[in-house]
Amino acid sequence: MAIETDPSSEFTAFAHPERLVSTEWLADHLGQPGLVVVESDEDVLLYETGHIEGAVKIDWHTDLNDPVTRDYLDGAGFAKLVGSKGIARDTTVVIYGDKNNWWAAYALWVFTLFGHEDVRLLDGGRAKWEAEGRPYTTDVPTPTAVDYPVVERDDTTYRAFKEQVLEHLGNPLIDVRSPEEYSGERTHMPAYPEEGALRGGHIPTAKSVPWARAVAENGSFKSRPELEAIYLGEAGLTPGDDVIAYCRIGERSSHTWFVLTHLLGFEGVRNYDGSWTEWGSAVRVPIVKGTEPGTL
Amino acid sequence: MTDTALPDALAEIREEFLALEQRDRLQLLLEFSQELPPLPERYADHPDLLERVVECQSPVFLFVEVDDDRIVHVFVTAPKEAPTTRGFASILVQGLAGLTVDEVLAVPQDYPLEIGLTEAVSPLRIRGMMALLGRIQRQVAEKSAEA
Repeated sequence: MAIETDPSSEFTAFAHPERLVSTEWLADHLGQPGLVVVESDEDVLLYETGHIEGAVKIDWHTDLNDPVTRDYLDGAGFAKLVGSKGIARDTTVVIYGDKNNWWAAYALWVFTLFGHEDVRLLDGGRAKWEAEGRPYTTDVPTPTAVDYPVVERDDTTYRAFKEQVLEHLGNPLIDVRSPEEYSGERTHMPAYPEEGALRGGHIPTAKSVPWARAVAENGSFKSRPELEAIYLGEAGLTPGDDVIAYCRIGERSSHTWFVLTHLLGFEGVRNYDGSWTEWGSAVRVPIVKGTEPGTL
Repeated sequence: MTDTALPDALAEIREEFLALEQRDRLQLLLEFSQELPPLPERYADHPDLLERVVECQSPVFLFVEVDDDRIVHVFVTAPKEAPTTRGFASILVQGLAGLTVDEVLAVPQDYPLEIGLTEAVSPLRIRGMMALLGRIQRQVAEKSAEA
């Protein structure tokens, strides 16, 4: 890896501690050649209100998604995007954002689809950086564009499509949405039908583990024993399992994908980004309603 | 959408956005977000009176008053961590200020799609603004019927 990893003791128990950096580490390494800091938020304007000095912005809607097809940008598009942000193939990329790194994890997962090797999350994201009174700037950097190779996106290792979820049934699934979305309850306001899916509920046998349970009070990830109690204990995963995680459009489940893959060391975790907006509208796919996982 | 149906303030806001490049439109939205007035005290102390806009991912609450002259007053609150939503709310609060019940109800529901932000902000996010407008119009219809 281009830049030494964060040796913080709080990360050493994780399967891949090199995937996290602390706020302190980042503050000490800002401006170091070979490092690019990326902010990725739910809110498209949050970066403009103030961001970590030197950080560039990558927006999940307007940058990472194809504007026409429901898919991510292609290899040429990714090369152009990240190259314009000053990111080369061997650059160390640290991503952070709002909402407990929800969108930062999504961006990290997309970087992973393109095989970008050294991509890390700032543990705690914006919330922790702010809580510690660390500074923001509104100065927008103007990075010099660099060449990034056109790499074909790998849609098989870390990404699952609906057909693969159907083949996967019988193996572990994690539904990371809220309990209300999982059970299929709906909050019908007069004249405001639920948008996004035609049916409510979850994929049969999926265990409910809302994504934010992986996060501690201060916005950082919980410790490995705490995470194991949730994912191995409550959700019943066994090390070595092939797991598919899903949510509504694949963003919250990227966060869980990160937890399972990089913090707990599962190697066969895929994110089903079609998620409920696809499954809940697809014809004749099985659905279970209620709070129990259900059977096939 | 016919221009004749659009109140002056909303039409002006639309022209302001459309005159700008995409990147500058975000900056203008940020300026709107900074102009969203705080809730008046009578609502700040009574969060129970406010309606949550569940379509927005951030906690956004609104309240509509219709006064004796059938003039509409819109109050919206959203956290500072949600500047986009604050910007949407501010556009509507400013654009609807001083309008009558009938004028508010006549605002086309697709106004948020017409102000040149779908590319800069994305269509999915614009939905939050459409929900905000829809809920304002529903509250106006309900409250003017009571009056």
